[in-house]
Amino acid sequence: MPKDHGIGASPTRREDVRFLTGRGKYTDDIALHGQTYAVFARSQVANGVIKSIDTSEAEAMPGVLAVFTGEDFVDVGGNPAGWQINSRDGQPMKEPKRPVLAHGKVRHVGDAYAAVIAETEEQARDAAEAIVAEIDEEPAVVDMGKALADGAPLVHDEIGTNQCFDWGWIEDNRAATDEAIKNAPHVTTLELVNNRLVPNAMEPRASTADYDPGTGEYTLYTTSQNPHLTRLLISAFVLGIPENKLKVVAPDVGGGFGSKIYHYGEEALVLAAAKKIGRPVRWTASRSESFLTDAHGRDHVTKIELACEKDGTFIAFRTETMANVGAYLSNFSTATPTFLHGTLMAGNYAVPNVYVNVKAVFTNTAPVDAYRGAGRPEATYSLERVIDMAARELGIDPLEIRRKNFVQPDQFPFTSAAGLEYDTGNYGALVDKLEEMIDRDGFEARRKASEKNGKLRGLGVNTYIEACGIAPSNLVGVLGSRVGLYDAATVRVNATGNIAVMVGAHSHGQGHETAFPQVVADMLGIDENSVEIVHGDTSKIPFGMGTYGSRSLAVCGSAVVRATEKVINKGKKIAAHMLEASEADIEFTDGQFSVAGTDKSVGFGEVALKAYIPHDFPLEDLEPGLEETAFYDPANFTYPAGAYACEVEVDPETGKVTVCSFAAADDFGNVINPMIVEGQVHGGLAQGIGQALIEGTVYDENGQLLSGTYMDYAMPRADDFPMFKVDHSCQTPCTHNPLGVKGCGEAGAIGSPPAIVNGVIDALQRGGIDVTHIDMPLSPGRVWQAINGAQ
Amino acid sequence: MTSVTMTVNGKSVSGEVEGRTLLVDFLREGQGLTGTHVGCDTSQCGACVVHVDGEPVKACSIFAAEADGAEVTTIEGMANPDGSLGTIQQAFQDHHGLQCGFCTPGMVMSAAALLQENPKPSEAEIRDYLEGNICRCTGYHNIVKAIMAASGQDVSAVAAE
Ligand code: FES
Ligand code: FES
Repeated sequence: MPKDHGIGASPTRREDVRFLTGRGKYTDDIALHGQTYAVFARSQVANGVIKSIDTSEAEAMPGVLAVFTGEDFVDVGGNPAGWQINSRDGQPMKEPKRPVLAHGKVRHVGDAYAAVIAETEEQARDAAEAIVAEIDEEPAVVDMGKALADGAPLVHDEIGTNQCFDWGWIEDNRAATDEAIKNAPHVTTLELVNNRLVPNAMEPRASTADYDPGTGEYTLYTTSQNPHLTRLLISAFVLGIPENKLKVVAPDVGGGFGSKIYHYGEEALVLAAAKKIGRPVRWTASRSESFLTDAHGRDHVTKIELACEKDGTFIAFRTETMANVGAYLSNFSTATPTFLHGTLMAGNYAVPNVYVNVKAVFTNTAPVDAYRGAGRPEATYSLERVIDMAARELGIDPLEIRRKNFVQPDQFPFTSAAGLEYDTGNYGALVDKLEEMIDRDGFEARRKASEKNGKLRGLGVNTYIEACGIAPSNLVGVLGSRVGLYDAATVRVNATGNIAVMVGAHSHGQGHETAFPQVVADMLGIDENSVEIVHGDTSKIPFGMGTYGSRSLAVCGSAVVRATEKVINKGKKIAAHMLEASEADIEFTDGQFSVAGTDKSVGFGEVALKAYIPHDFPLEDLEPGLEETAFYDPANFTYPAGAYACEVEVDPETGKVTVCSFAAADDFGNVINPMIVEGQVHGGLAQGIGQALIEGTVYDENGQLLSGTYMDYAMPRADDFPMFKVDHSCQTPCTHNPLGVKGCGEAGAIGSPPAIVNGVIDALQRGGIDVTHIDMPLSPGRVWQAINGAQ
Repeated sequence: MTSVTMTVNGKSVSGEVEGRTLLVDFLREGQGLTGTHVGCDTSQCGACVVHVDGEPVKACSIFAAEADGAEVTTIEGMANPDGSLGTIQQAFQDHHGLQCGFCTPGMVMSAAALLQENPKPSEAEIRDYLEGNICRCTGYHNIVKAIMAASGQDVSAVAAE
């Protein structure tokens, strides 16, 4: 019987009502009195020296209030990298400055070198077009291999190279891994591309700034997944506005998927402009600007080797990867291809040797950073593709080769050869569940039916593991993070017994406003509708590191639990006073504080009221009020895992791939709201299948973005997918957070690309076409070429 | 500048617009009806779908002046007269057919137009009809399910909840 409230129930989402009636408040919906508009002048070339910028004509145009160029920001800081990576030789990564507006050079198409503020958006746009910039175009570097070659044009002259770092993980394991591969009975080698993606949250980025000369306070409304981090970066690194004079509000946000984690120059520009002209300044990206300037995702080129015994027992994985970081280091661009990627390169497997090498490369393209999954999809794709290939070469069933190598349930906690300590898991159970879901025995009949229709049918499988709940601070600090990765929550019990919970996590589709109250209400034995979640406003919330890395519930939810526990403890003190008992004798269950072994009790609501009417409190022992804050810093990452399968049909005439079915068995540990969890998996699957089949970001050799609109960048539509089959009944609760939860936001995007590609290869192989690999996206053209190349 | 008058959600409204003012901007900036969203600049995402004289229209693809004299319905006009969610809106909530909510107004408006035309669409017909509406969050699974449910079809058998 499914629960009807509290943890494990699926109440419908309360936030939906405002979204369904048009009353959501997204950044661009906020109109401030006297607001003005910012429009940016952006580079048309990928690499160029700015000789001069003449703004005089623009400044004289109607409605124009101010024009800014890079010159105006030479004295302020740059947008920093949040994670320091050291190269194998111990040298720190190369870290060129990322200014608010380009100065001296433009480094990618879309790089902003000037901005106009005007009374209307049209006036600002017209004036931006009237700015005369003399920019000498120079040869661009787009391809990573060419960027690393001797004599390549440099993205940043001052660092003398296009290589940001050359990282080894774990460097001490390198020799042993090399040796193991040299001596192995079987080695499978695969070179693959993890295609570059544009996150494409449906709400384009937007920022509106306001400055109050009376108080010296700034307010920034912005499309952010983590307003506190944005405030911190602007205050500490970019503009130097004191943190207590800067309020950052991320209101309703229309999706992020990583792209809204980062601070962008437009945010600093509108703040500076609002102060200068003394009026609010508003900017909203067009979709074309979003394509050019949002941080992109993925973009790895990898060679992976799998060494194994003839029976399929894994001996070693070794990878060499080039990771594109684009023209500037976005805030977490250096963490994504390293600690969110290399550390996962043992997968779900008890393999003894792993060595990962990653070279990060500057190119004249938009910055690349974390996008749903961030590093883990790249690791999973490399592993699960090469494993499939090895299974085929060795004649072993693809699920069996995986089972054979899994970390076994009795081996947890298990330290992987890539250095992470997996706390719990049961990967065999996930595969069992998957097999239950997919009717594997019926596959042959379905394949024959497809064949009758002239189609090739294939079955693709894979497993994945990920590290979520990005934290703990002490570990990430050792690994180079320049920020802590805890989260915070305040539980405020009002006098009338209802509750506001201020959380550092930001909800932009994840349903926190519904799921977090389920936790609090369960703990306090009260109606969840009396619990309200407050998020997205730095002036209301103690602090927070925001939402990414599937961390909201695992990290911030744990902070909510800790703060609620403190409320219960404080309530016990008050109840003890009210019941004239000793605090140690007070028990709290189902919303009642009672004296153990007696029938004396008092309800949560009465205690709340008493907290605010403390007429008879012994004030030296008992403070009035009922409000508690907790910062929670986990002991480890969490490790969701899953087993995925799909059936695809390939039309050999056209190369078109159709996804006939997709099944996902995931272990997310405990689940608070199954409906929301399933929705998160569906969305992730769509992004992963989109990556595998249709999405691709294409720059030409001059650095022009050819896939810069929805006409050229294939966004997945409703008719690209079947109904998904998802299951989360295999649950090995996380052992180190109070909810036992692991995180579900990225799983679908991590686990699905290899299943699709494995499925297409399987279809071709079963159809007698000897194709062993096709790079994503598996567009009809590419599949058709592969088929025809093989025949 | 020209003046336009139209009926929006049952109320007559008018305003001065430039020739280049799009209907979506007239609604959002002029009328404060910010439920209609702008997700692209090439008329492809469908976040801006409204009904003009009963037909679904991408409000970024026509000028405000072209809607002069028309009956326009936006997401703000889709609730029941008592303010409760309309059938399609309720089905979206019941079946978790939205996450961030940004595509949602356009989805609901498109779904309403579909059900007018085809009161009991099949799964394939729904997917086909939504070709012009992009959602990045939901993977469409629950949107399709919600629309089937809104049309009175039994969705209890739809794959894994
Ligand atoms: S804003 Fe109208 S279709 Fe995208
Ligand atoms: S719910 Fe976010 S784009 Fe559809």
